[in-house]
Formats: sequence, structure tokens, C-alpha cells
Amino acid sequence: MPGKVFAVVVVIVTLAIAYCVIAHVWWMPVDISVHGPNIDRQIEETLFGAGILFIAGQLVLAAFSFLYGDSKGTRKMKSFPGGAKPLIIFACVVVGIEILVLSFVGSKAWGSVYFTPPDPSSVRIDVQAGQFAFYFRYPGPDGKFGPLHPELISEGTQNFFGLDTDHDPDSKDDIVTAQLAIPVNKPVLLTLHSKDMGHSFDVRELRVQQDFVPGIVIPIHFTATQTGRFEIVCTQLCGLGHYNMKAYIQVLSQPDYDNWLKQQAAMQ
Amino acid sequence: MHDMTAHAAAHHAPPQGFIRKYVFSVDHKVIGIQYTTLGLVSAFIGMALSWAMRIHLAWPAASIPFLGTLSPNGAPGGVPTPEYYLSLMTMHGTIMAFFLLTAAPMAGYGNFMLPIHVGAADMAFPRLNMASFWVTFVGFVLACATFFIPDGPPLSGWTAYAPLSAVGPVAGPGQGWGQNLWGLSIALFCVASLLGALNFIVTTIDLRTKGMTLSRLPLATWAWFINAWVSLLAFAVLLPTCLLLVLDRLGGTSFFIPGGLVVNDKVLPHSGGSPLLFQHLFWFFGHPEVYIIILPAFGIVAHVMPTFTRKPLVGGWKVITYAMAAIGGLSFVVWGHHMFVSGMSPYMAMVFSVPTLIITIPSVIAVLVFAFSLYGANMRFSTPMLFCLGFISLFISGGIGGFFLAQPAVDSYLHATSFVVGHFHFTMGLSAVFAAFAGFYYWFPKMWGRMMNETLGKIHFWLSFVLVYCVFMTLHLMGLTGSVRRYSQFVADFMVPLTPTNKFITIAALLLGATQFIFLFNVIWSRFKGPKAADNPWHATTLEWDTTSPPPFDNFGGRQMTVYHGPMEYDGDAFVMQTSTEKSIAGT
Repeated sequence: MPGKVFAVVVVIVTLAIAYCVIAHVWWMPVDISVHGPNIDRQIEETLFGAGILFIAGQLVLAAFSFLYGDSKGTRKMKSFPGGAKPLIIFACVVVGIEILVLSFVGSKAWGSVYFTPPDPSSVRIDVQAGQFAFYFRYPGPDGKFGPLHPELISEGTQNFFGLDTDHDPDSKDDIVTAQLAIPVNKPVLLTLHSKDMGHSFDVRELRVQQDFVPGIVIPIHFTATQTGRFEIVCTQLCGLGHYNMKAYIQVLSQPDYDNWLKQQAAMQ
Repeated sequence: MHDMTAHAAAHHAPPQGFIRKYVFSVDHKVIGIQYTTLGLVSAFIGMALSWAMRIHLAWPAASIPFLGTLSPNGAPGGVPTPEYYLSLMTMHGTIMAFFLLTAAPMAGYGNFMLPIHVGAADMAFPRLNMASFWVTFVGFVLACATFFIPDGPPLSGWTAYAPLSAVGPVAGPGQGWGQNLWGLSIALFCVASLLGALNFIVTTIDLRTKGMTLSRLPLATWAWFINAWVSLLAFAVLLPTCLLLVLDRLGGTSFFIPGGLVVNDKVLPHSGGSPLLFQHLFWFFGHPEVYIIILPAFGIVAHVMPTFTRKPLVGGWKVITYAMAAIGGLSFVVWGHHMFVSGMSPYMAMVFSVPTLIITIPSVIAVLVFAFSLYGANMRFSTPMLFCLGFISLFISGGIGGFFLAQPAVDSYLHATSFVVGHFHFTMGLSAVFAAFAGFYYWFPKMWGRMMNETLGKIHFWLSFVLVYCVFMTLHLMGLTGSVRRYSQFVADFMVPLTPTNKFITIAALLLGATQFIFLFNVIWSRFKGPKAADNPWHATTLEWDTTSPPPFDNFGGRQMTVYHGPMEYDGDAFVMQTSTEKSIAGT
């Protein structure tokens, strides 16, 4: 009896989970990046392949506890025909194929993000994370970022990046903002650096998640395909305000982006 | 193999007096019970912390009574501050991962059973063994002490990533002496684990009794033996990592802190260190650690299940043992999969992805061995067997998540979401706990000489099994939305709509916790009032069932044990003890 109950419970649990996945009860937000569909396809293929293994595994377990869970049986013990060999072959072949497929297809998705160099015409934006805010810096008309001086960083004077506009000509026209705006359908290159702790730059809709590591500058690049306003959240534990460390990214049409940048420049 | 007579003669005499007998005991059985008890205490502390976290996540304004008393600053009026939430989370992870999951299934059961399994009178180094426990205990006290110091416990998570963990109090509340004590506590835990691992290895190699060849070792002991090697190599890396971390904090060094960091508009006086170095060192330990937790679980299930299926495992001792050894070996080359989005070279991500996927092959083989060993059985549904079945189901579910997180492209979306939380709770958390429950119900009669209550055991199983799925599978699914872990409140726009899901998880988690009190009651009641256990209540074959319940001080009452069979001589009601001179019935 307990064997049959166990089998029924396992089947119900398995079906409930399968339903939640197939019906998208909880699901990814719509993708808005050029590389995103590759990642989504990879996630869906994994859900399919691993999902079959999951259902098969649970059903085999349920079937065996249903069939052989009768402790009062006086039936002679049977061993699995062929012993362990078919199981080992199954594991090596089926899981091996799954691994090969996922590795090859998956490396394509990964490579499309990380192995391709950024487009030389990319819009370049410098991103700084600190406890517990993101700041963004545009190079201004000269196209050059001024150097950073950590000792000049001051929340009080709102010199978030530690720029020396008196001595560094490149810094003079740098535009510093608390929100990120990018033009739609144009490649964007972000350089991530942290002023204090580890942080992370995560925009679900862009399918971009990248840690900030203090001491190094990490470039990431992407192209957004839809306009709109999306949340940037920190996903690397950075201290007490971690849960509330966020900013917004606005994906704008080129004219809107140009206007926005002008407005921001005027506010510096 | 040693001549056991000479060894037994040289062995220590039974101690007299309460302190030498029950407190500073060198008897492996007492030490095993001490570790198991420490694991139980840790489990309930860790669970209470998770309750506080879950209540706060679902009802952020709710007052949690005991928290206000424990920490008037951290939880004024019983409502945890964001930093205190992180402290609760850090200590939940630390206490559960180290003092329950690492300590109980290996050092707890292993200490009690391994010498008996191999037919020895004690561990090879009994005093070292006593030192292991008491060093662990001091580590545990240091970890708990963080709750009672003014700063409170650290908030940088059980992974203690630098520089948050390294720069000192400027990083935030709890990053003062709380983090120092944490570093010292874990360093002590490492020392104890290294001593314990040496003891396990030497005992298994040197103290096996006559006839106890490696092929006749009980599978739990095989798992502890393999695991001791993994522990020896992994904790040897965590120990210096903790010490370097403490040096960065107290000694002014910069192993993990780069130059030019600015906190509160002040440049920190450090330069030249690397946060990524910390991550590499931590995960070089941290990933084997996951297997340090799960290998004993495999061993326990492999040891317990044949007793209740009444037949040997498919593939005998070899297939499961080789699978465990392969997992142990491969576990050292997969750590980078924790760091796909960390900023390490994206080419390295590919290098770490492949072995991470390959390690699923021995894991799948192990699961198939367990599942297909049920084929053609006449199962006896005692509580330990139910927990073995539960283990298989949970491990399948948890293992499936591994396919996702092993791929850099998929991980770049799921990283740091509640999918990861669900995944590791299924695999190294609840799978290991279910196996530990199987072992606990199975060995309780041997450890305390009394039977546990079967009805309570079964209620405990059924409620736990269903509720574990409600909590941790929902976390997986919620992770698909990108829901971020380690947030003390759901204030991100996209996470606000997840509040009902969160409440469901919290209610299930509270019920799951409450269910564990059925277990606790069963343990305490059975310890004193349970029916007396026979020497071999499960009709099992291994050496622990060949002596009294509980065993005498020298384990076998002066008998020299000689082994003639493997541990899985079952054929339905018939079975042949390892020491029996009867003919083999299962050919193991």
C-alpha cells in the first residue's frame, strides 16, 4: 500500500510541475535584445531535454514503487535484466548526447554574447556601482572619458565618479546620470566598474547579467531591439541596501535619445 | 590488514566517570552521538532562522517575537532590519551547510558506524577524534556567539565574498567582529574536518578486520572513505582562505582587496588584492563541499535500501562505488560554474561547463542504480525506506536543475535567482537531509537501543516530502521570472507581483518546519520510552547488527570478527550476515 501511495504522490507532483512549466505559470519576461533569443532557445531546449529526463526519472521511480511495493508478496526476487550494464550505457549515451547538444548549442549562445568583439561604432557608456546605487557616464562630444580619481569621489559634492574637471580636459564634457538611456537598435558597450564591493548589473529583459568586480573593468555589449523602460537590479550581495539597489534603463528612439542626452548635458 | 588482537590489547580501557565517558570521551560511538546531536541542534537553529527569513519575506511588517528579544538592534520590535535579514541568511547557510550537513552524515553517523563496519574497536586515533569534535564544537560556539555581540552576525552570506567580507566594519553592520568570529569559526571547522578525514582514511585502510576486503566494505563506509579524501583536499584549501580573510581584516594585508576602493567617500588603505582570487579559492572548496555533503547521503541510501528491498543493488558494490569515486574526483574541476558571470574569462566558462555537465553522468548512474534496484523487490516500507525513496525523487528533481546552471548562457539568466536557491536546497540540502533521516531512523535502534515510533515516522515522511516540493520547487519556478535571491524585501517592480507566491512558500516552509517537531518528539520519546531494540531489528547483514544494541564499549564484546561475505547478501526474507560462514545467497 505505501508503495502505491508513494507512486501516486510522485505522479501528481510530477504532473503539477510539468503543468506549471508548460502553462508558463511563472515565466521569463519578453526578450528585448539581439542576443536574447539565443539564450531563450537554450533555456527552452534545456527545459525540454532535462524535462523529459525529469519526468522519465520520476515515473520510473513511481512505477517501481507501485509494482514492487507489496511487502506481503512471496514472489521470488528478481534482478534487473542485464544488470547494471544497460543503465551505464543509457547514462553515458543519453546524458552524453544531451551534454554534447547542450554544450555545442549552448556555446553558440554564450559565444554570441561574450566571444564577439563589440561593434566599433558602439555607444560607449561607463557604469559605476557602489553601495547602493548605479551611476552612468557618457563621454560627451569629445567621445573620451576623463580619468577617475578615487580620492575625489564624494557623495556630498555629487562627484560620484571622482572626476577632476579642473585639470582633466577629457572629463569636462562627461555626462553623469543616475538613470541609463540607450538608443534602440544600436550596439551599446558598457564598461562596468565598482567603487567598493561586488555588485551585479542585471536586466532581465536584455538577458544580461554581469558582476562588477572591484579592481577590474568589465566590458559588456548588447543591442536592444525594443523601446521601453526596464529595471536594472543588483544581484550580487553588496550589503544592507542590496535589496533596494536598482536603477532604470530607458531604451529610446534615436531622436529621443539625442534629446535626452542634450537635456542631461545641460543639467551637469 | 592489521592483526586486530594486538591492536585491541593495546586499546584504551573503558573510561570511568561521567566526564571521560560522556563529555571528553575518546569512544567513537560517544563522539558520533555528540556530532549527531550537534547536527540536530544546528538543524533546529538553522530552521528557526529560515522561519524568521520566510516570515519577513512574506509579511515585511510582521513582528517576530523571539527576534526582538534576541537582537533589539537587529530587529527592533521583532521586525528584522535589512542588514539583520542578511545576518539571519548568512548564519542559516553557515550553520546548515557546515554544522548540520557536513558534520552529521559524515562525522556523526560515520564516527559511530565506520569502526564497527570494518570490525574495529575504535577509530585509529581516538584522541584525535575527540579533538575533532571539540574543535568543531568551539567553532560552533564562535558562530553562535555572533548573535550576542553588539555588531551582530556577519551579513556577507555563507560564501563571504570579498571585499564585502574583507574590508571590516566600513562594509556595513555585522561586518565587524561578527565576520572575524565567522572566519575563525570556519577555520576551526576546517581543522576539525581535516583531523576527522585523516582518522576516517587511516581507520578504513588499517583497521579492517580479518576478511573485510575492500569489496566487502559496507557502502556507507565506502562513501565515508571516499568522502574523507575529498574533505582532506577541499578543507585544506578553505582553511588558508579563511586565515587570509581574517588577516585582511585584522592584519592590514590585502590578499582579496584591490586598491582604490572608496567607502563613505574615503579611500581604503588597501591595494593589490583580488576579489576573484577569493571566489576561486572559496569555490575550489565550495564545489567539492557540495559533494562532501551528498556522497555520505549516497552511501547511506546504498547501505539502507538493500535491507528493505531485500536484494542487492544493481551492479553490486562496484558500480555505485565507482560512481561515487568519479563524482568525488570530478568535483575538483567544476568550481568555475559558480563564477560564469563573475568577470572571469568567458573562455574559462566553457572550460568549466563541460566537466560540470560530465559529472552528471556518474550522478545519473548512481540514481539509476538506486531506482532500478527497486525492480523486482519485495519492499518493506519502514520509515528508513520511505526516506530513501524520497531521497531518490528529490535528487532527480534537484539534479535536473544542474543541467540549467551548468551552461553559462542559461546561467547568465538564472544566476542569483531563486532557481539557484531551489536547486541547491533540493540537491545538497533536502536530498542530504532525507538520506540523513533514512540513516537516523535506521541506526537509531543501534545507537540508543530503542526503536523509534513507526507511525510518527511515517507522518513525518509524508508531510515533509510533499511540503519540500511545495517550498523548493516553487522557488525553482519563481526563479524563471528572474526573482533575485538574497533580497530582504521584494521591492523591485517585477518582484512585487510575486508576493502571493512568496506567501505560499512561507506557509509551506512554516508547516515543513512544524513537521520536524514530530520528528524531534519521536526522537526524545523513543530515546526514553521506545520499545527495546533487538540486536538486528531490520534483518540486516553488516557488522553493526552483529552486536548488541547499543554496542559494548569495545564494539563486539571481545569477539574477533571474521568476515566472509559482502554487505548485500539478501534474498527476500533470507539473508546472510557478513560474518556468517553460510553459503552466499546473492553472490555479492
